[in-house]
Amino acid sequence: MKSEARAAAFFLTPAMVVLIVFFFVPVIAGFALSVTDFDLYSIGDIHNLRFVALRNYAAVVQNDVFWTAFFNTLYFSIVGGPLTVAASLAAALLVNAKVARWKAIFRTIYFAPVVTTLVAVAIVFRFLYHPRFGVFNRMLDAAGLPQVDWLGDPRFAMPAIVLFAVWKNFGYNMIIFIAGLQSIPEELYEAARIDGAGEWRQFRHITLPMLGPTFLFVGVVTAIGYLQLFAEPYVMTRGGPVNKTLSAVMLMYQQGFKWWRMGYAAAIAFLLFLVIGAATMLQMRLQERRR
Amino acid sequence: MKRDSIIVHTLLILGSVLALFPLFWMVSASFMTRGESTTFPPHLIPHIPTLDQYRELFIRLKIGRAFFSSTVISVVTTLFSLLFNSMAGYAFAKLRFGGRERMFGLLLTALIIPAQVGMLPLFLMMKSLHLVNTYWGVIIPSLASVFGIFLIRQFMLSIPQELLEAARIDGAGELRIYWSVVMPLARPILATLAIFTFMTTWNDFMWPLIILSSDARYTLPVSIASLSAEHAVDVELMMAGSVVTVLPVLLLFLFLQRYYIAGLMVGSVKG
Amino acid sequence: MRWLLVCLLLSSCAERRDARETVEFWGLGREGEVLTELIPEFERRNPTIHVIVQQIPFIAAHEKLLTAHVGNATPDAAQMGNTWIPEMVALHAVDELSALHIDKSDYFPGIWDTNVVEGKLYGIPWYVDTRVLFYRKDILASVGYPNAPRTWAEWLDCMSKLQREKKSRFGILLPTNEPEQLVSLAMTAGAHFLNADGTRGAFRDPHFVDAFNFYNDLFRRGYAPKVSNIQVANLYQQFAQADFVMCITGPWQVGEFKHRLPPGMEGKWGTAPLPARDASQPIGVGMAGGSSLVVFKTSKHKEAARKFIEFLSETEQQVRFSELTGDLPARRSAWKVPALASDPYLPAFLEQLERVQPLPQVPEWEEIATALYQHGEAAVKGTMTASQALADLDQQTDRLLEKRRWVLAQRRKS
Repeated sequence: MKSEARAAAFFLTPAMVVLIVFFFVPVIAGFALSVTDFDLYSIGDIHNLRFVALRNYAAVVQNDVFWTAFFNTLYFSIVGGPLTVAASLAAALLVNAKVARWKAIFRTIYFAPVVTTLVAVAIVFRFLYHPRFGVFNRMLDAAGLPQVDWLGDPRFAMPAIVLFAVWKNFGYNMIIFIAGLQSIPEELYEAARIDGAGEWRQFRHITLPMLGPTFLFVGVVTAIGYLQLFAEPYVMTRGGPVNKTLSAVMLMYQQGFKWWRMGYAAAIAFLLFLVIGAATMLQMRLQERRR
Repeated sequence: MKRDSIIVHTLLILGSVLALFPLFWMVSASFMTRGESTTFPPHLIPHIPTLDQYRELFIRLKIGRAFFSSTVISVVTTLFSLLFNSMAGYAFAKLRFGGRERMFGLLLTALIIPAQVGMLPLFLMMKSLHLVNTYWGVIIPSLASVFGIFLIRQFMLSIPQELLEAARIDGAGELRIYWSVVMPLARPILATLAIFTFMTTWNDFMWPLIILSSDARYTLPVSIASLSAEHAVDVELMMAGSVVTVLPVLLLFLFLQRYYIAGLMVGSVKG
Repeated sequence: MRWLLVCLLLSSCAERRDARETVEFWGLGREGEVLTELIPEFERRNPTIHVIVQQIPFIAAHEKLLTAHVGNATPDAAQMGNTWIPEMVALHAVDELSALHIDKSDYFPGIWDTNVVEGKLYGIPWYVDTRVLFYRKDILASVGYPNAPRTWAEWLDCMSKLQREKKSRFGILLPTNEPEQLVSLAMTAGAHFLNADGTRGAFRDPHFVDAFNFYNDLFRRGYAPKVSNIQVANLYQQFAQADFVMCITGPWQVGEFKHRLPPGMEGKWGTAPLPARDASQPIGVGMAGGSSLVVFKTSKHKEAARKFIEFLSETEQQVRFSELTGDLPARRSAWKVPALASDPYLPAFLEQLERVQPLPQVPEWEEIATALYQHGEAAVKGTMTASQALADLDQQTDRLLEKRRWVLAQRRKS
């Protein structure tokens, strides 16, 4: 037993050193940073630093732009999350359907967007969304429908980014749903069919309830992940138009690495952490209750 | 049944078109001449395919450097993190020591902490270590990951304890057991983690954006993001850049998807 | 594995192979590209020095310079927008340059001053930039202003005539998401934006209010369209079609206008200095823009870098540089060459450059300028009244400057 413990120390050290020094310590330092007014002046001369307690947090919550970013992010998460999951479920049902052939090929095709580099495809979509030359508008035009300024119109910019995120991510949860669907015992469906239940009733009374826990888990995890929105608005809209696509992380990046108000930016990061933490707690609580 | 089959397959094909069209357009536009993608009437395929954009990318814009940066960083990160994560995962799964479960539980809390929280102090830390704008500055924070440790531990829990005990009785040292007994058995999960880590590192954007400041060191995602801001109207050029960035991970996925998708399954099962 | 380590080592060793002293210089945008043509002459005269230019796109340049400084990864010397100099000085990033052998009297005074912070010189002007009025000669002539209006009163009169006689859709283009137009007007009206030591906003000062009201008036009367620069589909097309017949923009547009205006526009457009507030001044006051050359404090090759800057500041090199880029030289003597002296669009710039004013030299200026145009936009679009906008702008500016007030107070104590 003792030699195992000694061995464990050896085996754990590299990873733990990396994680403690380069993850946990910075996180704690992040909180420390958030209670100071560390900025450009501090970088020039470390004595230009003051402990300001919760003043950064107060300034953040009093700033309209923060709330804009916060609600934009919430919108993206609450609308985008369920949409993505619904698309994943739909894809899973299709691919897993008994009559479906070439399952592996379709599964691969639907998963492809997930592995592509986000920045690269965000740039592609930026051009697909172009008001005059973009393919989407050209198709609308060809169909006689009015054209949309996808990324330039304040009403459509965030929805356009949500649509992009759904395309990029639906394949991921599809895999999990497929596994979930495959784990539903066939006997249940047999019994239902013998009782005369049609496709839709089978879906409502067997599939959905059995998938319930998975659905919840996947939905919340996706929504929580979406709270960290950054690359899409950074590449596609730079936060515009009129801050309509500014996300919380993007605001943090701007304040921290563009204006170098690092104390203030750290406060934003921590507020985001609190929201994510609360959402995760909620999710775990819901998981527990389902059991 | 036949009708069902037609409906299902039609929908599947429709879905495939939706999923693949942007990628198809990306590749197609990358072979067009400048301005060809914005003509009236629209071209969906290049009239005369050309390598002009790729030439421009590699020769004038020197994107080969970014390709090199991405490759080096991804490979080094993958190799080191595979080693570190597997060692830690093995320890948490199979080695008995005091406080093991508590330590692992603490580690799992990291999964709900968004990475951005630590990025500012991490940057300042890298600055004091003189690692800003260096490959190591990008690599070091990723040398170990809680997700990787979790994945490996999950897999290794199923390795029979008797195997290890037998090796110990035979007089093998702990290191020997790890390297010669456990690791060969873990090949499937190692493959999965390797692919996963490589792809995640290759696609990483925010941290390389923060830590790298000269275009000689930029990774591909940062490079094309910077180019897209500068060459906002050169659609075809940008598409070529996207193709260069996406192709390696797409190919990796296509050839090794078995391992990748299997890993997703393991990862999604709560332990 | 070993192969990887070797590659990593090699990539870091690559720069040390040259036996000469190496100066690393960061050039921004097009100017960076063009430097490679000037360097051979410098290296011929200084065989022991080798200059490597890294070209950085303008868009991210400000961020990159700051990140490089914070990460101790700055070059030896660089080109830098002169409005960024106060920031770099506050960061102790750039070196003092009074020791250089450069003839100060040959430079436009307003431009030279942008490089002087608290009495010390930190940059040498390389090329200059200011905004002037670009206008349709033919259309303005038809309402009695062949040489553009010279005062604000004339300007209003001109635009009212244009509107009444339906000569153009709008009189002037003033993109609502750019601060430069409002800033130029404010400077012409005598505003200073901040108080004397740059610690508080002075946007309710009568001079600024005057300019702000004039600016909003132009939109209210329908002389200017309420659009941002993103909503302008094609500036040149619209200028030719008389969607608008005036705009305030910079020297790079001279070349762009020549190339991109539709055929048949030659001789129909011109440039003029900004109109004065009233007849008591000759012309309006413009922004002292442009780029300067700086040396970084952490450089290990300061002497060589300084030599390079002195080289680029020679009249002959200024002329060559101007020929290659179309930028305006910072030295008056460089303007006398035929290429510049005979261009009909440049006298307006020359005249304007003699009346330019530096922007407030506080590191927070970029942020304040952003707030400035955002409040301008709010007043123009009616989401705030003018006085609300200015009160809010002052408040925001005061907040942005809070740390500066504290730092200065600390310095006074010690």
